[in-house]
Amino acid sequence: MRTFETPLYPYERSPDQDASMPARHPVVVVGAGPAGLAAAIDLARRDIPVVLLDENDRVSYGSRAICFAKRTLEILDRLGCGDEIVDHGVTWSRGKVFFRDRCIYEFDLLAEEGHRRPAFINLQQYRLEELLVGRLRDLQSEGRPVELRGGSRVTKVEPAAASVLLTVETPEGPYRLEAEWVVACDGAGSTVRRELGLEFAGRVFEDNFLIADVTMKADFPTERWFWFDPPFNRGQSALLHKQPEGLWRIDLQLGRGVDREEEQRPENVVPRLRQMLGDDVEFELEWISVYTFQCARIDRFRHGRVLFAGDAAHQVSPFGARGANSGIQDVDNLVWKLERVLRGRSPDSLLDSYDAERVPAADENILNSTRSTDFISPKSETSRLFRDAVLNLAETQPMARPLVNSGRLSLPHVYLDSPLQSPDTDGLPARTRPGSPAVDAPVGDGWLLARLGDRFQLLALGNCAAETGCAGVPAGIRREAPASGSSAALGIDVPDDEPGLEVVSQPAGRHPLLNERYLGDAPGALYLLRPDQHVAARFTDYDPERIADAFRRARARETDDP
Amino acid sequence: MTRLQNKANIPDSDSFYEEFLDLHQGCSRDESDALNVSLILLLANHIGDHEVLREAMQVAAQVVLGSKPEP
Ligand SMILES: Cc1cc2nc3c(=O)[nH]c(=O)nc-3n(C[C@H](O)[C@H](O)[C@H](O)COP(=O)(O)OP(=O)(O)OC[C@H]3O[C@@H](n4cnc5c(N)ncnc54)[C@H](O)[C@@H]3O)c2cc1C
Repeated sequence: MRTFETPLYPYERSPDQDASMPARHPVVVVGAGPAGLAAAIDLARRDIPVVLLDENDRVSYGSRAICFAKRTLEILDRLGCGDEIVDHGVTWSRGKVFFRDRCIYEFDLLAEEGHRRPAFINLQQYRLEELLVGRLRDLQSEGRPVELRGGSRVTKVEPAAASVLLTVETPEGPYRLEAEWVVACDGAGSTVRRELGLEFAGRVFEDNFLIADVTMKADFPTERWFWFDPPFNRGQSALLHKQPEGLWRIDLQLGRGVDREEEQRPENVVPRLRQMLGDDVEFELEWISVYTFQCARIDRFRHGRVLFAGDAAHQVSPFGARGANSGIQDVDNLVWKLERVLRGRSPDSLLDSYDAERVPAADENILNSTRSTDFISPKSETSRLFRDAVLNLAETQPMARPLVNSGRLSLPHVYLDSPLQSPDTDGLPARTRPGSPAVDAPVGDGWLLARLGDRFQLLALGNCAAETGCAGVPAGIRREAPASGSSAALGIDVPDDEPGLEVVSQPAGRHPLLNERYLGDAPGALYLLRPDQHVAARFTDYDPERIADAFRRARARETDDP
Repeated sequence: MTRLQNKANIPDSDSFYEEFLDLHQGCSRDESDALNVSLILLLANHIGDHEVLREAMQVAAQVVLGSKPEP
């Protein structure tokens, strides 16, 4: 049996089904796809009790996402399963672009040095989900409060004053649950979204795409090959991409109004693949399916006590690999906020910033993938004319190559207009400005990002670092999350319910890449980092009042009366 | 601020114009279209300044369509 056909979390009866009143839970996550699994894992790690419901009992069926970007891998590191996932994946950097019957150019995406994780890996979505389920099981065996209920389909969602009532359909009949917060990760066809009567507005693309996964008998280069208008798929496009375990992904654009059943028959698919791969390449078909897509989102991702993430909130075209990646990034943004609100450390308006930050991120993804789609399948005579001219020029003129758009690498969104972030300080590098995710860099014998995340931190660099003691931050400040209130060591007032700021310090001189990415020409800097590793504020001198002010803003607190 | 050059800027403009037409000699409609589009891309890249390019697009739209496109 193939991985995606094996039951991983079969339905089991829950005591909640026999309760006389609906059992109350702080958080119920609906849908165990990449977004829902990541949400449940992050909540459980924070000891927030979470129930994860899925109508199914196994990983995503068949072949879907294959490309997972660096920021996602960094989040998976924070969730404690980055190594397993990266070890299962393959990395590649070389590719070829074909136009009609010829290769017009080759490329090598040289990765920037000094990052723990590559720009992306290729891995089957079902394998990623399997590894996430494994991580969730490990957390359970450590005694973390997380439950994964298979065969549990949410059919009804009724928002009440201080909770949400869910009706869950199971093989043994329905039962009800009461959730303080619902995280809706139930995919593009979201029941929760429909139940709340929310519109999913956007643009539907009528092109059909055929995906085939094949195993090759002989060696084939680990490269990404993209064809525009190839002889074996006239007027359309094709993509060949490596997956782990000797698998290759083939993506053939079929155009509009095709007979989907007919196109999926092996006797129609195999001759095309022969033309594509060459007669001498032996291969075996593992999977064939046809998909279409839309680019759409709901107007707001927070609706009272229901928070939407992943495909339930937004859908994009697969070009540029943004669907699963952005779902995991949504959750990275959401979970620490939910924890703070549940623990009473921040007002629930902190959750409005989830909306304010992730809606523009979804729009950026939709924009990028729509641009790729328009390049790959031009919608007018003129756009085809320009597209073909770009491709013809690209063969000899390097100037045209950046215009060739067969999907852009998915990069994390920078929360530039976020209400949580403080005005920038002049003279520091742009790539680490407030709103950006912290950029990795080697430090000592490890990595910067491995030391960041999960709580608020003050990264003290150069002559602001604690060890040097010069520009203000007193030497010898603790490195561990302090007991309540002890941010006093920094001269920053923190209320009793607040774990405070942890200081991570890196003195000057030792790590050139760290300095380049965070200091530029400045002798020192202090970075206020959020629990999701995004920069909230930064300073070139030590001013406890400004730091306290930025810290307050980043937690959506009006005042910090201790 | 950079601005689109709208004063005559090509010395010996008659010969440039002739060369431009010669380029299209004997071309089919499709070939001419492809030539023009390739020229636009090469020249736009050479100019490189997004502001100037946007202004050129606006002027062309104004002249041809009588309106400015939405920015
Ligand atoms: C061909 C193809 C290629 C792609 N390539 C990439 C790529 O390379 N990179 C990338 O990032 N993305 C890619 N994507 C997109 C990616 O697959 C999706 O964006 C991703 O699966 C979304 O994750 P999710 O967790 O939001 O939703 P889903 O994965 O759709 O999960 C939703 C879950 O909710 C459950 N569910 C649904 N309704 C209910 C209910 N009423 N009650 C309980 N449970 C319910 C379902 O069983 C399912 O497990 C690709 C998609 C396709 C089709």
